Amino acid sequence: MASARSTLTALARSTALAGLALLGLAAGLAMLVAVMLTFLVGLVFVFPPAVRFARAVTRRQRGLASRWSGVPIDDPYRPAPPPPVPQADGWYRDGRTLYRKPTIPAFNKRWNWMTKDPATWRDLAFLVSAPLAGGFVAAAPLLAVAYGVAWAAGGNPAMGAVWILLAVIVAPWYAPWAVRLHGQVAAALLGPTEKARLAQRVTRLDAARTEAVDSQAAELRRIERDLHDGAQARLVAIGMTIGAAEQLLESDPQAARALLGKAREASATALQEIRRLVRGIHPPVLAERGLGDAVRALALDSPLRVHVTVDLPERASAPLESAAYFAVSELLANAARHGDATEAWVDVSAQGPALRVTVTDDGHGGADPERGTGLRGIERRLGAFDGVLAVNSPVGGPTTAVIELPRAFRTRPAPTTPWRYFGRLCWALWPIALFPQGLVAMVFKLVGSPVKSWFLALYMPGPFQWPAIVGMILLGGGLLAVALATTVRTRETEGGGCA
Amino acid sequence: MRVVLAEDLHLLREGLVALLRAHGFEVVAAVESGPELLTALVGERPDVAVVDVRLPPTFTDEGLQAVLAARRQVPGLPVLVLSQHVEQLYARELLADGSGGVGYLLKDRVFNGEQFVDAVRRVAAGGTAMDPEVIARLLASNARNEPLGRLTPREREVLELMAEGRSNAAIGQRLFLSDSAVGKHTANIFTKLGLAASDDDNRRVLAVLAFLNSK
Repeated sequence: MASARSTLTALARSTALAGLALLGLAAGLAMLVAVMLTFLVGLVFVFPPAVRFARAVTRRQRGLASRWSGVPIDDPYRPAPPPPVPQADGWYRDGRTLYRKPTIPAFNKRWNWMTKDPATWRDLAFLVSAPLAGGFVAAAPLLAVAYGVAWAAGGNPAMGAVWILLAVIVAPWYAPWAVRLHGQVAAALLGPTEKARLAQRVTRLDAARTEAVDSQAAELRRIERDLHDGAQARLVAIGMTIGAAEQLLESDPQAARALLGKAREASATALQEIRRLVRGIHPPVLAERGLGDAVRALALDSPLRVHVTVDLPERASAPLESAAYFAVSELLANAARHGDATEAWVDVSAQGPALRVTVTDDGHGGADPERGTGLRGIERRLGAFDGVLAVNSPVGGPTTAVIELPRAFRTRPAPTTPWRYFGRLCWALWPIALFPQGLVAMVFKLVGSPVKSWFLALYMPGPFQWPAIVGMILLGGGLLAVALATTVRTRETEGGGCA
Repeated sequence: MRVVLAEDLHLLREGLVALLRAHGFEVVAAVESGPELLTALVGERPDVAVVDVRLPPTFTDEGLQAVLAARRQVPGLPVLVLSQHVEQLYARELLADGSGGVGYLLKDRVFNGEQFVDAVRRVAAGGTAMDPEVIARLLASNARNEPLGRLTPREREVLELMAEGRSNAAIGQRLFLSDSAVGKHTANIFTKLGLAASDDDNRRVLAVLAFLNSK
């Protein structure tokens, strides 16, 4: 039953996707018209609404791709420009022109923002191609049924039954595949381009590096100060005390003995200070046992009842372990200090190449990364490794914090080569199937031209010509869709999960 | 009394050998790495072993691992573990088999020769010697433990010393109390924590540590 239900869901979804693709085609055509009006006739004001409409449609497509196909797609658009700011004299400057009102400078800014963003043009490409690459393929079972009904209505129920039966038999595996494929096609054209992704990443890395360097320098300064005022000063004092004891050894052995006792106490204090310092730099238990046991040690030291589960394939690099350790330490301390918690759960596990740590407590919640300096500190520390912290802390609890550090563990390289060749083959073949063998043959058939040229469908016996033409169009759309999907897949596996 | 000693720092090793010899111990082996230590422990079967946690070749917890392995082969083999830092996790692992004869001290405690030698003797006799810092951290992590909150400050002091592994007599000496006063406090502590009283010092200490470790 479950599978019948999921088939029905998938069918409903693929039908909806096909409908949406038609709407998308309308939006795409509208945008094409708007582009022509804009650039050929000069009606520039029709462009922004058309782009907004197109973006609304593609946004819906993105949402469906992540909800139905499990392919999350980030918004690829550049951030909207800020509204124009008047000068001191109340006029608005745009280049070398001054305006009394902000309307025109704002329009210019919006215009530049829309036309110069490659995502605008990729949206257009998606909207025009989606009906073929995604929608048409998704609707194939429906088309088969419709074709069968047409046969039946035309007085040939046997032929109609064959087509409907074919659709019913094929649908259970075809429909879910089509929905997935649609998601990947959407990801190929609607996601940020590699260039945009890299640009975003460079900005983020730049900020992370600056923060890492700054915080490291501050940390070193703190250690230097601690050593200078603490252990170093004490060692000087110990040396002086021993010197004084040496001088008194002959004349006053009693006083010398007292001084030596003092020196011993001072050395114990110095040791204590160094121990505290070392714990703050790199906890010994972390160096000796790795992250799992270090977290267990933290759990034992915490006043909360902490349950720890660890599932790691190997040890991560030392700096990474250290970042994760201090994050857990801070989160547990927060839970005990502010959250009023009594119990906490820490789960340390590998998610593919990523290290994920989840800390949950039963406190009263309300933790906000924007306000807590501790949480900001964790984010900074993790940022140096592209790590992220997500805190979910509704008022009333419970608080759940998830730390994720990508690329913490080695992964086996995925065998991508066959996929890539398959994708290239699809890229090469889709136009042949779609245009000459599909659409052009359709035009010839409609016109009733006697020329058959190399259009396979026209050489078929009469009743099979239309199915062959539609089949070719479907095949072309399918090949295009697979080609796009494999491109995304190779990029993901070879890009090493560049987030 | 025969002692096996494991410490990789030459100066400290020589110092410990001298200290132990001066107090009448016979140092049958003084080694500097994990594998050597395991061989010496199993081969020599000393009356007590004094071991540094961090040893070559890995400079991680090689010494602790060797000790745990040796105690699996020779149950109850008395060991006193020394370290630059103490962890509840390690204390737990050492105490896990419940057979006693375990010590876990900061290296600083070597400064006070008398007290250190006293700890070595206690461990050799099957007793326990836990560093005050271990106990302090155990108690801190038990801060929200109901029954512990019911102890009076004096009872808490007695509990701390008892958890370190000291006998009633030693506790009395430290706190300037008579033997019977200490006995009364310990009886109160055991009632409040819901533990079965025992006349045997060692078993009593292990019961207290087990209680603190069970949070």
